[in-house]
Amino acid sequence: MADKLQFDLVSPEARVFSGTVDMVVVPGTEGDFGVLPGHAPFMATIRTGAIEVHADGTVTRTFIDGGFAEVTPAGLTILAEHTADIAKLDAADIRAKLEDARLRAKDASGDDAREAAEAEIARLEAMQAAMAIAH
Amino acid sequence: MASLKDLKNRISSVKSTQKITKAMQMVAAAKLRRAQDSAEAARPYAQKMAQVMANLANGVVAGPETPKLLTGTGQSDTVLLLVLSADRGLCGGFNGNIARLARERVAALVSDGKDVKIITVGKKGYDALKRLHRDRIVSALELKEAASPAALAAHVGDIVRKLFDEGGFDVCELVSSEFVSVISQKPKARTLIPASEAIDPDAPAPDLGGAIYEYEPDEDAILAALLPRYVDTVILSALLENAAGEMGARMAAMDSATRNAGDLIDKLNLQYNRTRQAKITTELTEIISGAEAV
Repeated sequence: MADKLQFDLVSPEARVFSGTVDMVVVPGTEGDFGVLPGHAPFMATIRTGAIEVHADGTVTRTFIDGGFAEVTPAGLTILAEHTADIAKLDAADIRAKLEDARLRAKDASGDDAREAAEAEIARLEAMQAAMAIAH
Repeated sequence: MASLKDLKNRISSVKSTQKITKAMQMVAAAKLRRAQDSAEAARPYAQKMAQVMANLANGVVAGPETPKLLTGTGQSDTVLLLVLSADRGLCGGFNGNIARLARERVAALVSDGKDVKIITVGKKGYDALKRLHRDRIVSALELKEAASPAALAAHVGDIVRKLFDEGGFDVCELVSSEFVSVISQKPKARTLIPASEAIDPDAPAPDLGGAIYEYEPDEDAILAALLPRYVDTVILSALLENAAGEMGARMAAMDSATRNAGDLIDKLNLQYNRTRQAKITTELTEIISGAEAV
């Protein structure tokens, strides 16, 4: 396929990526989906996980924490809450944070605090899962 | 007439004030650059978000299931003013202008027979509004409470949405400063909730080539997830714009203060020299007339 897909990844902090790629695999809330050039207009929410960007035979994986994907004939736009380069994540650091969050979830006094800690656990576990595939 | 000693003291005090204002100006200039950079970095996200929202809102047929954040409650009896200002003063008319606009909005809304509630973000906005409208202020936050602008925006967004869900207000207006240029900031009020009024109706809809959007999960679920973030994003960009404006205003104010101090020092120096010369002349005259008398 000669066509390329215009792909924009933006987070509140910065425009993380903008360029043309071959394919992007996005973790949707209702299952992963791949976006190729010429995809039909589509809008989906994203669960915490890794996106895979296929460009020129290489695959780049980026961790994203929730957000939205919008496909228009102009291309794919992902609005992510947070992004992190998987290669730069520190496994030991995540494990430590995960343990800390689990402790907090157990000791949490109020519902709000427990929910916050549980959300943190889910996020960190997704991060670990994303890293496991990468290695 | 002030004595030489007095003048000397005065000059040195103005000089140290000038040093402070100059330092503040340079700090503000450095912070301004950083604030502008982060406002710049957040812009693509805000733009894309507005675009996605516009696409989505145009495609939605308002029904009972549509989130209230988008369509509003159908009334406008109670208006919440979200007033964003700075925590600190010494930045010219920056906070004053925002507070004045907020007071004008309150007066206009009250004369329309509406109930007004106020949330202030930033200490100075609270200080300026509490005298007249203390009973209307439901919540007062300070910028320095949060670790980052993004965390603050999320926190403010939570408070606003919670109040909205409880039926605390029908319409939310955001009062903040628009960053026109480094030396010009304009206070501005705009509608935040209902979002359908906040979305630019002229935003260009993408050409879908006759196709229609597919949604996963369904439209309402996406809207329900997207709207809170949209509110946060608008608040965040207003906060960042405010931060840049505050620094710009402070830089301009401190620049003119420094120049003022310079003028004052020149004037005082002139007066000091004149007084000194007059004193010497008087002494000389006294000595000469004394010598002549001998």
